[in-house]
Amino acid sequence: MDIESDIKATYSDVDEALGQVTSTKQLSETKLRFLGKTGRVSELMKRMRDVAAEKKREIGQLLNDLRMRTEEKFAALGESLKKKELEERYAAETVDVTMPGRVKESGSFHPDTLIKDELVSIFSGMGFEVFEGPEIENDYYNFTALNTPADHPARDMQDTFYLSPSLLLRTQTSAGQIRVMESKKPPIKILSPGKVYRSDDDATHSPMFSQMEGLVVDKGITLCDLKGMLDEFAKRVFGENVKTRLRPSYFPFTEPSVEVDVSCFECGGKGCRLCKGTGWIEVLGAGMVNRRVLEGCGIDPDVYSGFAFGMGIERIAMLKYGINNMKLLFEGDVRFLKQFKD
Amino acid sequence: MKAPLSWLKDYVDIDIPAKELMDKLFSCGFEVEELIDIGKDITGVVVGEVTECEPVEGTHLHVCKADCGDKGVFQICCGADNVKKGIKVPVALAGATVYSTGKDHKTVEGVTTIKKGKLRGIESDGMMCSGAEIGVSGDMFDGGDYCGLLVLPGDWENGADVKPLLGLDDCIFDIAVTANRPDCQSILGIAREIAALLGKPCKEPDCSFTPDIKGDAMKITVSAPDLCPRYIGRCVKDVKIAPSPLWLRKRLALCGLRPINNIVDITNFILLELGQPMHAFDLATLDGREIVVRRAKDGEKIVTLDGNEFELTHENLVICDGGKPCALAGIMGGLNSEITENTKEVMFESAKFARDSIRRTSRSLGQHSDSSALFEKGVNEYTVETASLRALHLIQELGCGAVASEYTDVKTEYSKTARKKMSVGVKQINDLLGIEVPQNKMAEILKNLSFGVTEEKGILNLTVPRWREDIDLYPDIAEEIIRFYGYDKVKGTFLPSAHITNGGYSEAQKAEIRLKRALTESGLSEISTYSFYSPKDFDTLHIAADDKLRKAIKVLNPISEELSVMRTTLAPSVLQVIVRNLRRGNLEGKVYELAKTYIAGNLPITNFPEERAALAIGIWGKHDFFDLKGITEKTAAVLNVKFEYVSAKRDFLHPGITAEIFCEDKYVGYLGMLSPEIAAELSLERDVFIAELDYEELKKHAKPFKYSPIPKFPVETRDLALVCGKNVTCGDLEKVIYGACKYVTDVKLFDVYEGGQIGKDKKSMAFTITFTPADEDISERVDGFVKKILGNLKFHLGAELR
Repeated sequence: MDIESDIKATYSDVDEALGQVTSTKQLSETKLRFLGKTGRVSELMKRMRDVAAEKKREIGQLLNDLRMRTEEKFAALGESLKKKELEERYAAETVDVTMPGRVKESGSFHPDTLIKDELVSIFSGMGFEVFEGPEIENDYYNFTALNTPADHPARDMQDTFYLSPSLLLRTQTSAGQIRVMESKKPPIKILSPGKVYRSDDDATHSPMFSQMEGLVVDKGITLCDLKGMLDEFAKRVFGENVKTRLRPSYFPFTEPSVEVDVSCFECGGKGCRLCKGTGWIEVLGAGMVNRRVLEGCGIDPDVYSGFAFGMGIERIAMLKYGINNMKLLFEGDVRFLKQFKD
Repeated sequence: MKAPLSWLKDYVDIDIPAKELMDKLFSCGFEVEELIDIGKDITGVVVGEVTECEPVEGTHLHVCKADCGDKGVFQICCGADNVKKGIKVPVALAGATVYSTGKDHKTVEGVTTIKKGKLRGIESDGMMCSGAEIGVSGDMFDGGDYCGLLVLPGDWENGADVKPLLGLDDCIFDIAVTANRPDCQSILGIAREIAALLGKPCKEPDCSFTPDIKGDAMKITVSAPDLCPRYIGRCVKDVKIAPSPLWLRKRLALCGLRPINNIVDITNFILLELGQPMHAFDLATLDGREIVVRRAKDGEKIVTLDGNEFELTHENLVICDGGKPCALAGIMGGLNSEITENTKEVMFESAKFARDSIRRTSRSLGQHSDSSALFEKGVNEYTVETASLRALHLIQELGCGAVASEYTDVKTEYSKTARKKMSVGVKQINDLLGIEVPQNKMAEILKNLSFGVTEEKGILNLTVPRWREDIDLYPDIAEEIIRFYGYDKVKGTFLPSAHITNGGYSEAQKAEIRLKRALTESGLSEISTYSFYSPKDFDTLHIAADDKLRKAIKVLNPISEELSVMRTTLAPSVLQVIVRNLRRGNLEGKVYELAKTYIAGNLPITNFPEERAALAIGIWGKHDFFDLKGITEKTAAVLNVKFEYVSAKRDFLHPGITAEIFCEDKYVGYLGMLSPEIAAELSLERDVFIAELDYEELKKHAKPFKYSPIPKFPVETRDLALVCGKNVTCGDLEKVIYGACKYVTDVKLFDVYEGGQIGKDKKSMAFTITFTPADEDISERVDGFVKKILGNLKFHLGAELR
């Protein structure tokens, strides 16, 4: 057959072959048959050398057209096949997105740990160092050095567990204040978290609980500085709009002593169940460090002054998370614990 | 501290509502815990005059007309036996609220609203009331205790609200007083604060009297002056014991004290009014008409007023006559010298006793009273003096005895009567407060508080009121000033003058947090349990009688045996948590606690014991030993150490599923499965696994994390399945593999197989071994390494390639 008829036949063969192709895999096999190195089109190209010189140009043109047209057809079909195959795949792989995800269950931190870390991060930003004193203290550090001598009525404010006539379970982290002031010269800014113990057991009292004590001793420290720091604390822990209120109180180791209330973050101060209708919630005790305490630690109270504040970590946790019974914190019920992810 | 508003008004002109006063008291440090409105349940009760009163035949009833002035005239059917024409009575009109009473017509059972109704078919438009029905006792108003109608004075206006007339418009402030202000444990003390708050004068109680007769002074000896710095005895003769007048009974009743007789009531009145406990002795019962204040003899006995007998020791202070104890000093009088209806001569005692002596005696004998409570808080000698005078004034006011001119006042060397003087700088105070309070304002506040004040420029020279024993240094003055100047004037500043300091956790604290975070990420929940438990908890864990874990420090005054020893191991605490969870249906869980154990050198302790941090882990439910070991391995990874595990035994763990953990050849803890025996005893239906690590020891081994460069050449891995004797452990094989080649960085067991063609006493264990090159290409040498490993395995353990 002459080459021109063969070219013509190739066109129709390509069309026929493509008509039977249903997959990209078949398409590439078929493509090899026509456009591969030994395919139909290449074979026709090779026959150019037998074409008469005067017809070479014309046949060359025909062959080029054939190649281009064939390639175009393959490309076009390839595109549509690829699209179709993707659609089929998508359809086949489609999942029920409403089925449950696989969760690797993580554990939880104790609420006390969460609050403690939050407080430490707030106060360490203000330059407070963390100091942890012993839980078993002697009478001197827990009472006497804190201006609470043996006959002082304030000893009755906290019922103490004794382990020996002079050793006891500390009733307040303030005991750690003295250890720091004895060993460190001002400026002092420490934060002393830890467990404390009092002989009390009901829904809002537990024989063991945690406190966080803060102490600042430096030159020129005033009651206004205490207020400023607590304002900042209240904002960061309870919310930007929370205000603090100082009112007189009594602790043997501070003078003046204050009770610190925050405006109720639940009702904004209008009065609700949380704040028992008063608009305020008591969160901590504080005051200016008593001169006698400074003196006892070898710090000159005419040069230095300071303030201290102490709060119950469980109390803050209970307020913040709305926990109504302190016992829950020490029972270890996993249904309770698992809620405190971070 | 209960303070009736009506009583406070005796000393200071209070012209603001009770609620406002409550807020003001709060702002100056006296929290009113409760504002008790004594007549809050009673409404709509007016004075009514019985103008007609006809008996209803066949009943005990009378049909009456009550003229209630501008409220109208009402027909009321009344069953009281004292109803009669012409008397005035409280009339509850329709809609009024009054108390409903029980069968005795006295016991209050609730509040009821009066409605118009019919009694035996007779219309009744209200109710005529008894005292009990409107909350008025015989100590509030004469006749209040009668079960029939409360008869009102004839000059009361018909139709007037009875509440103000009967004192039912009064309210009582229940005030929390801080421990530094014992002087405010009294009506007068609170009145002084209110006077300062309102800027008004405070009227001191009248202590004047003129002696009626010349009396002989008592012989009073104080032989324990350290426990009794001051003792005053004053005598009254020709005593006429009788009930107190209404005004006095009313005061006592409002504060919750029961009136007894005029002499006893006077002492109780002064206790409330001045905060000074007093005692009255029947002088005739005192041998030798003398008083000796001394420590009790060991074994000496006393029967107190309430009939209780106590055996005393030399720790207890007693008031004696010539021989016998007649009162437990400051706590309660003795039965032998009690005031009776036959008492003719009385000695009033007003004294100061050492507060810790009273506290210790009161505690050790379990005997408490209003008096001991006040002495424990502390009384001052100024009030000791005024109280003794006030008692005699009241005797004369009540006309119930002849006041003797002579008295005995023992001032021991411990007595302090001088008024404290101090000078404070205005700047000193303002520097402490951080604000500028003007000097004249300071002076004004202090004067209002009864301080003597003279001013120089920048200086206040002060004389402290004698009842203010809490005033010590200038910060106390600063507190007085800011209390009244107002804490709202304190504006927040942020340490403008302080030095910059470095904050944050120490490295050790950070390490703890990292460990907690890792455990939490591994799915464990952190718990916090009490540091004390019961000695029985050791029995639960079958811990041997001689085990050192039982050397636990005892709490001398525990709340209960359950919380009576300081823990030496966390295992009992963790087990308790697990048991509690299982009983509540939490059938699966993983918990940990990082907390202290308390290790005593000697028992009982004399020195600070060691506080040793431990990490306890407990898992239960669908878990096994290797889940727990995975957690201890994670712990090792966080601390950057390697643990070795050696099969071991523990009293409370499964003997075949227990290991001790070593770190650099040091024992650091154990892990294992709770012994099935204990699990059965506790009726646990799930497997429980417990580990406890000595965190204090681990801290010593923990290594800081260090970056090592990524190897330039790829790591090589080989899987080897080994056949060895059944007794060869995974640990043995790992050790040999690691030992054979320095490039081995990881050996991971991935399969264990027994049976089949392997042979009866053999097992197969398959490992993936990772070789990590340092700075060289080892790809060509790995086969050589493997050969060496296999050689060593065969030589040391008889293990061969499968």
